[in-house]
Amino acid sequence: MSLSRRDIENIARLARLALTEQEIPVYVEGLSRIMGLVGELDRADTSQVEPMAHPLPGQRQRLRADAVTETDQHALYQRNAPQVEAGLYLVPRVIE
Amino acid sequence: MSDLHDMGVAELSAALQARRVSSVELTQALLGRVTRHQADLNAFISITAEAALAEAARADAQLCSRDAGPLTGVPLAHKDIFCTRDQTTTCGSRMLANFISPYDATVVERLRAAGMVMLGKTNMDEFAMGSSNETSYFGPVRNPWDTARVPGGSSGGSAAAVAARLTPAATATDTGGSIRQPAALCGVTGLKPTYGRVSRFGIVAFASSLDQAGLITRSAEDAALLLRAMAGFDPRDSTSVELPVPDYGAALAAPLKGLKIGVLKEFFDTGLDARIEQHIRAALELLRTQGALIKDVSLPNLPLSVPTYYVVAPAECSSNLARFDGVRYGHRCDKPRDLLDLYERSRGEGFGAEVKRRIMTGTYLLSAGYYDAFYLKAQRVRQLISNDFERAFREVDVVIGPTTPTTAFELGAKTADPVTMYLNDIYTIGANLAGLPAVSLPCGLAQGLPTAMQIIGPHFAEERLLNVAHRYQLETDWHRRAPPGYA
Repeated sequence: MSLSRRDIENIARLARLALTEQEIPVYVEGLSRIMGLVGELDRADTSQVEPMAHPLPGQRQRLRADAVTETDQHALYQRNAPQVEAGLYLVPRVIE
Repeated sequence: MSDLHDMGVAELSAALQARRVSSVELTQALLGRVTRHQADLNAFISITAEAALAEAARADAQLCSRDAGPLTGVPLAHKDIFCTRDQTTTCGSRMLANFISPYDATVVERLRAAGMVMLGKTNMDEFAMGSSNETSYFGPVRNPWDTARVPGGSSGGSAAAVAARLTPAATATDTGGSIRQPAALCGVTGLKPTYGRVSRFGIVAFASSLDQAGLITRSAEDAALLLRAMAGFDPRDSTSVELPVPDYGAALAAPLKGLKIGVLKEFFDTGLDARIEQHIRAALELLRTQGALIKDVSLPNLPLSVPTYYVVAPAECSSNLARFDGVRYGHRCDKPRDLLDLYERSRGEGFGAEVKRRIMTGTYLLSAGYYDAFYLKAQRVRQLISNDFERAFREVDVVIGPTTPTTAFELGAKTADPVTMYLNDIYTIGANLAGLPAVSLPCGLAQGLPTAMQIIGPHFAEERLLNVAHRYQLETDWHRRAPPGYA
């Protein structure tokens, strides 16, 4: 299976990744090779099998009690933020 | 007493308890080695000397007051994917190059509470995506057996550090072989526990249905000691399993009489280095003389592991890595024009080539109209592979095969084509897809490079795996061999 330059540009937009002009042909080639590998799955007859939902058989997603467990630590967490003001994350203007 | 750096966890524990050595002396000696070998191996991303010496002094006080556990004062290193409070956690990426962990991962918290001393954070493939440690933003790690060769990945720094006697043990994570493959290429012991056995809280997520934390040590005995301290239920990880943690050390030396070992037919079919096969056949013969029964087993769907993995893992990766937005933490581009530009350039600059390749692969596979054809299809094949293992474990207690198709390859040998690199994980991925525990241990040397075998067991059979590995290590000394120049 072969992907085109347009496919890669479209995927990169969906994935919110800015690519350089030099990167695009590398990903055209790389993703086409990977899709070739993935194509081998067609060999398997899966008509009688359900998709796996959990790596451990019989396990279900555990739910916790609906109780407050987290304390306010925004000041600690925001130390890693690139730009913060008055406890808020700053981004470029969205509404003119 | 042998050289401190050559001693494993169990030996160091005994020496510390007997006060033959202090944790501060030991920590100083290992920090010296870590620092000295940065230039030739690049095994660490950060060395936390000051914090390590403070922890060691605390451990010595506990050892003096007889208030110590078996791991008190024993040094270790954490893969730089585990959050370590007030220290950087880079995950091998420019994206997180300046990220300071606000809290400890559960694994780190537990080993800290057990009194262990963290020497530093080990190098790794970026976001654990790679099989050679060449995708790290901080440069490749080199294999101590031959520094022109790769150590494997993604836990290449942990494996190289343990092999080169920089640390007796290191934590690691395994999504498709990232503990076992580097352990094999570096001649050390690597344990990937059952999915859900060890908490994933505080570990940077890659593919959440496959990720599992484990260990790289020199022996199965050491892995047993550490696993007991790090395993167990954690309410902060929704897939953590509520099962008691056995004393993994207790059953280590149990005799193998009557143990049924399956030899994985598909693993010996094609592409396996003849010397590795020969070494594994010799190991099987040794286990047979110990009373184990050997029979062939077939897992017909296993050859589809690699394509299955390269749907499931990139799909989950594209979803997990969507959190890196340049807003809350991580790299942010200069002078964004608008919000979209901020997202796209921050991510484009912050992620390396392999990570971007996997995010795009996952994005494509999950995009409208493709989900059923790829993701659901792969999850169905994943069930078939899991069923194959389940059938095999009705007949045998464990299965044995190689960990890797070849010994360590040269840097740059497989970077041109992603699929060639992905095929390194052909023998390790099955256990991740089925959530099974597996251990890799050295079983020979071929032209000066380690060879390894892999033992895979049913869910929660870590005790049995470590028992078989330990019995083998009692009879052989491959796990005691140090790379020339690092003895």
